[in-house]
Amino acid sequence: MHTFWVCVLTLQYLKKVSTAVGLGAAVIFVLTVTVPLNWFLDQYILQPGALAWLDGNRETPELSAYADYDLSFLSFILFIATIATMVQLVEIIVEKFSPSLYNSLGIFLPLIAVNCAILGGSLFMQSREIETAALALNYGFSSGIGWFLAIVAIAAIREKIRYSNVPAPLRGLGITFIITGLMAIGFMSFGGMLTGGDDLPPAPQAQTSQTTIQPAIEKEIETTPLVVSE
Amino acid sequence: MGLLSKKDTRLILDPLADDNPITIQVLGICSALAITAQLKPSIVMAVSVIFVLGLGNVVISLMRNIIPSKIRIIVQLIVVATLVIIVDQVLKAFAYELSKELSVFIGLIITNCIIMGRFEAFALGNGPWKAFLDGVGNALGYGVILIIVGFFRELLGSGTLFGFKVLGDSVEKTGLYAIGYENNGFMVLPPMALIVVGIIIWVQRSRNSALIEEN
Repeated sequence: MHTFWVCVLTLQYLKKVSTAVGLGAAVIFVLTVTVPLNWFLDQYILQPGALAWLDGNRETPELSAYADYDLSFLSFILFIATIATMVQLVEIIVEKFSPSLYNSLGIFLPLIAVNCAILGGSLFMQSREIETAALALNYGFSSGIGWFLAIVAIAAIREKIRYSNVPAPLRGLGITFIITGLMAIGFMSFGGMLTGGDDLPPAPQAQTSQTTIQPAIEKEIETTPLVVSE
Repeated sequence: MGLLSKKDTRLILDPLADDNPITIQVLGICSALAITAQLKPSIVMAVSVIFVLGLGNVVISLMRNIIPSKIRIIVQLIVVATLVIIVDQVLKAFAYELSKELSVFIGLIITNCIIMGRFEAFALGNGPWKAFLDGVGNALGYGVILIIVGFFRELLGSGTLFGFKVLGDSVEKTGLYAIGYENNGFMVLPPMALIVVGIIIWVQRSRNSALIEEN
């Protein structure tokens, strides 16, 4: 997850834990909805041969007249459209049913559409070739929780750091970067704890470990391609 | 040059230092940090963002009078997404290995806040030529930080630059390694990108005290 945390920094004015909780909840919700939705888009429209269901050959795509269609280049535009629409929808629903929540979340909701954690969730879902809709749902929800934990922790630290004597040039942004970096290092230790031994036998056909399906709990931890390639 | 007036030059030069999108405006760090462990992907990322932001700013600026303000976010997203698809396809065609390495982070240019931020703040209110300069300037400012971070992370983390072993061979103990130097394996991990950017901010604000925040 730590590659997504940095989005947190864009919310310079996020200095209170209570707003962080609201924003985190909104992100969990949007991720839980958009990742499975984009999974269906990916499975039934975008993947090479995914259009086979159009003439009833879902099980045997090679027989279909649509077997050669590969629309995966459209995934960015479709994913972002789904996300923007869902965020708009969530905004309308929240405004209707819970005006108080809307007032506290108001400024954040449009920002969620351009939050890279959301698009990143869908893109990682695609590149990891998650198998079932249930796993995709789980993936979206768990990613949301990871982000929630991170943002609440950062807001809490920033609340407390006002009482500290930070060197003047580091105040504000600089120290936030360094805190986030240190937190990311801390969270990486979870990676060592939960995934140790998992990546020993390299699958013969998989190019790198991050394209294989990983156990649900490991999804919290980001293995970036660069780390793997070292 | 007669092509660039003084004001136009400022549009390009300001974002490089005193109005840098990353260290001052705090935009667009999202997709950047994961790919700066080496210099080459950093440069590719910087070039991609220059392309997307320069062209996107022009497109939005040309359409600024016909976009209804209620749906402008979606229009902007579609414009960015289209440009990013072009970048992605070009990379896949001509630098497949590199595009595998960058994986989803090319896609995450779409949600790079610099791009939406410049569309909102500049392209919607200015003509195409100015918007182009502003876009290129800001993307350059972003690229400079990316390249600095990439340079230090690759040099200190793997002892190479663009894959060349500038510090000697760590296995055969030549060059610096002969006198006991070791690579800092930590530098290739993503958290160090944040810390390096933090240090850049520290240096920059120490040199220019006008930028220091209240707290």
